[in-house]
Amino acid sequence: MRERQNWLLRRSSRIGFYLVLLAASAFYLLPVYVLVVTSLKPYAEANLAGMWRIPSAPSLESFLRAFEQLRPHFLNSLYLTIPATILSSLLGSLNGYVLSKWRFRGSEVLFPIMLFGMFIPYQSILIPLVQVLQRVNAWAAAAGIPPSLQWLVPGYGSIAGLAFVHIVYGIPITTLIFRNYYATVPNELVEAAKIDGANIFKVYRWVLFPISMPAFAVVMIWQFTSIWNEFLFAVILTQNPAIRPVTVALYNLAGSYIVEWNVQMAGALLAAMPTLLVYIFLGRFFMRGLLAGALKG
Amino acid sequence: MRRLSWDRIVSILLILPSILAIAIFVYGFIAWTGWVSLSNWDGLRPDLSWAGFVNYAKLFANPRFQIDIRNTVVFTTLFLATCIFLGMGLAIVLDQGIRGENFFRSLFLFPMAISFIVTGVTWRWLLAPGDPATGRLTGINVLLDAVGLPMSKWYTDPTVFHIQPTTGLGQLLQQIGLGFLTTPNFGIPIAMISIVIAATWQMSGYVMAMYLAGLRGIPEELREAALVDGASEWGVYRHIVFPLLRPVTLSVIIVLGHISLKIFDLVAAMSKKGPGFATDVPAYFMFETTFQGDHYSQGASIAIFLLVTVSLLVIPYLVYSTRREAEI
Repeated sequence: MRERQNWLLRRSSRIGFYLVLLAASAFYLLPVYVLVVTSLKPYAEANLAGMWRIPSAPSLESFLRAFEQLRPHFLNSLYLTIPATILSSLLGSLNGYVLSKWRFRGSEVLFPIMLFGMFIPYQSILIPLVQVLQRVNAWAAAAGIPPSLQWLVPGYGSIAGLAFVHIVYGIPITTLIFRNYYATVPNELVEAAKIDGANIFKVYRWVLFPISMPAFAVVMIWQFTSIWNEFLFAVILTQNPAIRPVTVALYNLAGSYIVEWNVQMAGALLAAMPTLLVYIFLGRFFMRGLLAGALKG
Repeated sequence: MRRLSWDRIVSILLILPSILAIAIFVYGFIAWTGWVSLSNWDGLRPDLSWAGFVNYAKLFANPRFQIDIRNTVVFTTLFLATCIFLGMGLAIVLDQGIRGENFFRSLFLFPMAISFIVTGVTWRWLLAPGDPATGRLTGINVLLDAVGLPMSKWYTDPTVFHIQPTTGLGQLLQQIGLGFLTTPNFGIPIAMISIVIAATWQMSGYVMAMYLAGLRGIPEELREAALVDGASEWGVYRHIVFPLLRPVTLSVIIVLGHISLKIFDLVAAMSKKGPGFATDVPAYFMFETTFQGDHYSQGASIAIFLLVTVSLLVIPYLVYSTRREAEI
């Protein structure tokens, strides 16, 4: 009797668990459903009370219109995100290497002081940042940089400037992930290489770097996602509409009442696509980056 | 011996650019912003002449800023509570040997891969009270209407829930000198709930993942031993699982707390300052004041306020984590 009761209890609580999971799934999928369904509709249909319904005649018209408007900004985001991701990962790897295998006096104190940089509200550095980047433009102009090379100047209102900012403020998180990863590599390996006559670069090149791929995957995916999704730096540092990344363009698209909902939804879906694809195919590494962000090594 | 010291010099040279970058771009710039907040700079032309704490005095006397503080407290509390409740609940359910665990986990976590701007734009539409062009119902309200539930004006609702001075409780509070608690500044703006919903949608999966990692870290023997000792399922959670999850809750509070104190993107994309500043937050106020209004010294004082609140949360945690790591 008792056992039968237990069995019933187990059975019903199992059903309960699945009901909870289904309800939660509905909550997380609701916006996805709306995004997909609305962006497949023409305006007249998207705007009526029947908007929760599946489109009567699915069309890609909204996507085409959204893509038309977002395409240059989509490219800007790629030009910004890819170099910034690669450079900041390399920098983080070198920093993590030094802070884990070449500790110096004070490096234990230095590390949390660096880490603080990833928690600050960026509002608290924006005013000087704009001033300094504007001055960089002035210096570049005074130094007579030829127009063909001006896109490389990391100044105010340029993609290079925005990338530079992302690399600088990416130092804490990239350093953290690499340092914690290299800390798991036995010091004996490094010592053995040193006895064999390897210098600091050779130890990195032949001992640490070849086994760094998992950490690179985590850091690059993390940086790609955060830089692609970032808004505050992007909106402040790109007054020139031509260089705006996709988040700012979507923000402006959605802010205008002339642009219909269906186009806005299609735009939102397009802007989310690259990071979503990364998540779908490389979610494992994304998750590790997330947990590293909570300082748990 | 000579080579070793050469490597030592190189190692310092390798990390020096990053140290300098952090020193200048984080600490130098914070000091610079602090200086701006104490200056007379109001307008496009920089003016760093000394003003003292005038900007802070003006800031705390500003009704909009007082509302912002209320909004931040309300948002942070509700956001943390719903995320912890939902995240922990889903993690516990997923920890029961559920079929399709990987699928559900990935599903709950995917909003983390999306920009707050996309989330804001989408939820702005879902929670829109009606189409401004046609006046027709939109979004969630269509569903609520269909099943006969009351509709909400969501983020466009200017109502603030607060203790009314005319009620019994309100009069009691006034008599004991706590009458200020009956003002809207100590209420809950209804519009803020919409932002909480969108933010929870985005971040609760992350909380779930953190709790799930914590649950997986609890040795199975510990739970089994307790069950053998005659503890009920609930007893195991109460006496073993929940206490062992406390460090996770601390991490969640720090990570979500600092995000929520400085929240900007989501509010900007969804509702901006809202009706009667109902969804305004300090980060958005700073953005408008500084980069749209050109009141630089005033904006800098808001930025420093934000930094101080985030630091109060994060610095003890950083010190604690570093110490614990040094002990291990």
